[in-house]
Amino acid sequence: MQRYIFRRLLLAVATVFGVTILIFVAMRILPGDPLEMIFGENIGIYLLTEKELQDSRKSLGLDKPLVVQYLSWMADVGRGDMGSSFWTDQPISDTILRRGPVTMQIGILSVALSWLVGLPVGIVAAAWRNSPIDYIARFFITLFMAIPAFWLGLTAILCTVLFFSYKPPITVHQMWTDPWKNFQIILGPSIVMGIGLGASIARMARTQLLEVYREDYVRTARSKGLREKTVMWRHVLRNALLPVITVSGLQFAFLLGGSVAVERAFSVPGLGTALVFGIEERDWMVIQNLVLLYGVVFVIINLVVDLAYAVIDPRIRYQ
Amino acid sequence: MSQGITGNKQRGVSGYIVSFFGVIWRFARSSILGFASMIVLIIVAVVAILAPYITPTDPLLANYRALLEPPGADFPMGTDGLGRDTFSRVIAGTRLSLQVSFVAVVVSKIIGFSWGIMSGYLGGRFDIYSQRVLDVLISFPSVILALLLLVALGSGTGTVTLAIAATGIAGTTRIIRAVALSVKEMDYVLAARTIGANPTRIMLQHVSPQCIAPLVVVASTSLGGAIFTEAALSYLGLGVPPPQPSWGNMLGGVLVASFKPPWWLVAFPGMAITITILAFNLFGDALRDHMDPRLRGKLE
Repeated sequence: MQRYIFRRLLLAVATVFGVTILIFVAMRILPGDPLEMIFGENIGIYLLTEKELQDSRKSLGLDKPLVVQYLSWMADVGRGDMGSSFWTDQPISDTILRRGPVTMQIGILSVALSWLVGLPVGIVAAAWRNSPIDYIARFFITLFMAIPAFWLGLTAILCTVLFFSYKPPITVHQMWTDPWKNFQIILGPSIVMGIGLGASIARMARTQLLEVYREDYVRTARSKGLREKTVMWRHVLRNALLPVITVSGLQFAFLLGGSVAVERAFSVPGLGTALVFGIEERDWMVIQNLVLLYGVVFVIINLVVDLAYAVIDPRIRYQ
Repeated sequence: MSQGITGNKQRGVSGYIVSFFGVIWRFARSSILGFASMIVLIIVAVVAILAPYITPTDPLLANYRALLEPPGADFPMGTDGLGRDTFSRVIAGTRLSLQVSFVAVVVSKIIGFSWGIMSGYLGGRFDIYSQRVLDVLISFPSVILALLLLVALGSGTGTVTLAIAATGIAGTTRIIRAVALSVKEMDYVLAARTIGANPTRIMLQHVSPQCIAPLVVVASTSLGGAIFTEAALSYLGLGVPPPQPSWGNMLGGVLVASFKPPWWLVAFPGMAITITILAFNLFGDALRDHMDPRLRGKLE
C-alpha cells in the first residue's frame, strides 16, 4: 500500500508539472506574447507604440527568456503569489478566495444531490428490471444525460423570471456572512448539474447492480439461505455501489468544467465566470492561473479517487 | 461481418448493396431505439447538408419590421431581437454545429487511433512517455482545455474545431491502446511476427482492424460530447463567432439582451442540441451492443 501511494503521488507531481508546461506553452508561445494578445494589431483593444510595448514588456518581465519566465512564474505560484489582474490590479488570490467557495459549494451540493436522486433510481430500476418502472427510469436517465446543463439552467431561469419575476442575487455572498443569499445563489446551478450527474450515476448504478447480481457469490449467499434483504444489502449493494460512489469523485472534477457554462447561465459569481471574463478581457495572468487552479484541483481529485479506490479494492494495489 | 465482405467479392457491387441493407436490417432488429435514433441522425445530417437551400429566409438577414415576433404562421419559431428568423437560424446552426463536431471527432479519432495502436503495440519507452503526455491532456475538464486552446489560437470556426478535437484525443488513445494491448498477445500476431513481418505491417494489417469496432462506438458517442462542447463554448461567446448562427451562440446573448427573455429563443436551439445529443447517445449504445456485446458497460 505504501509503495502504491508513493508511486501514485510521484505520478501526480509529474502530471502537475506537465500541466504547468502545457499552460505556459499555450499562453506564451502560440499567439506571440501576452501583450500582443492584448494590444496586438489584429485583435488588440487599442494600439501602443513600439516603444510603449517594449517598456511594458520590460516591466512585466516578458523580455526575459521563456525558461526564466516559466521559472519565475513557478516560483511566484510556489510562494502563493498568483499575480494580479492586468486591468484592475486586483490580486488573483483574492479572486480565488472570494469566488472559489461558491464554485466549490455548487460542486459539492450537486454531487450530493446526484447521489440522492441517482442511487435510488438506479437501485429501483435494477430491482424491477425490464418492468415499466425500469423503462420509465431509463427514459429519464437517457434524457437527462443528453440535456446540456447550461440549457436546463437557462430554461429554469427563464421560468422563474417569467412566472415569478424572480432572479437570484448576482453579487458574492458567502455562507458565513449571508447564508440565505448564498443558498439562493448555489441552489439553481446545483440542481441543474445534480440532475445531469444523477442520471449518469443512476445508469452506472443500474449496470453495476445487474452485473453483481449475476456473480457467483450472490448465488452462494442466496443458496445458503440468507434472506433476500440481507443478500441485497450486504452482498449486492455494497459491492456494486462503492465503485459508483468513487467514480462520482471523478465526475465532480468534470463538473468543474461544465460549471463554467452553468455559472454563466445563472450569472453565478464563481470561478468559471471569473475565467470567462478573464478570457473576454484577455487578462492573461488571470487565465493562466485560473486554468492552472482547475488543472491542479483535477489532478488532486484524481489522486484522492485512486487512493480511495485502492483502499476499497485491494486488487488495484498489487498491479 | 468479415465473412459477409469476403462473400461479396464474388457478388460484385449489387452484393455490397444487398449486404449493406442486410447490416442495417440486422441492426434495426437488434435495437428499435438505435434504429430510430439512426433515422433521426440521418434527418439531421440531411438538414445540415441542405441547409443553405432549405432555410425559408436568410438566417443573417435582419428584419426590423418583425422584431421579437413570437412563433406564428410567418415565423414558425419566432424571430430574435434583430428580426432574424429563428427557424432559419436553427437550420443554419445545424450545419455549423454538425460540421464543427464532425470534423473535430474525425481529427481526434484519427490521431487517437494511430497513437493508441502505436502506444499499445510498440510499448516500451514510447508508451511510457505517451502515457505521461496523456495524463496531462486528461487532467483538464474538456471545456477548460478547449478554453485554454481557444485563448492560444484565437476564436473562429476552425480553431474551435481544433480545440474540440484536442479534447477528444486522450480518451480515444486510452481506449484504443487497451484494445491494442490485448490484440498484441494473440496468436496470429505472434505468427505474423514469426514469419518476419515488420511492426508497421503488423500494426496496419493485423492490429488496427481489431480496433475499428471500438473506434466506431467511441466516435458515435463522442459526437454527442463534441456537440455539447461546441454548444457550451459558443454559448460562452468563445466558439463560433457571430453573426454565423450555431446552436450554442444562439443561446448566448439571450439572457443579457433583456430582463424577460423571449422563451422561443431559449427553447428551440436547446431542443435541437438535446435531440441531436440524445440521438447520438442512443445510437452509440445500440451500436456498441450490436457490434460487440462484450463491450457493454466498458466504453462509457
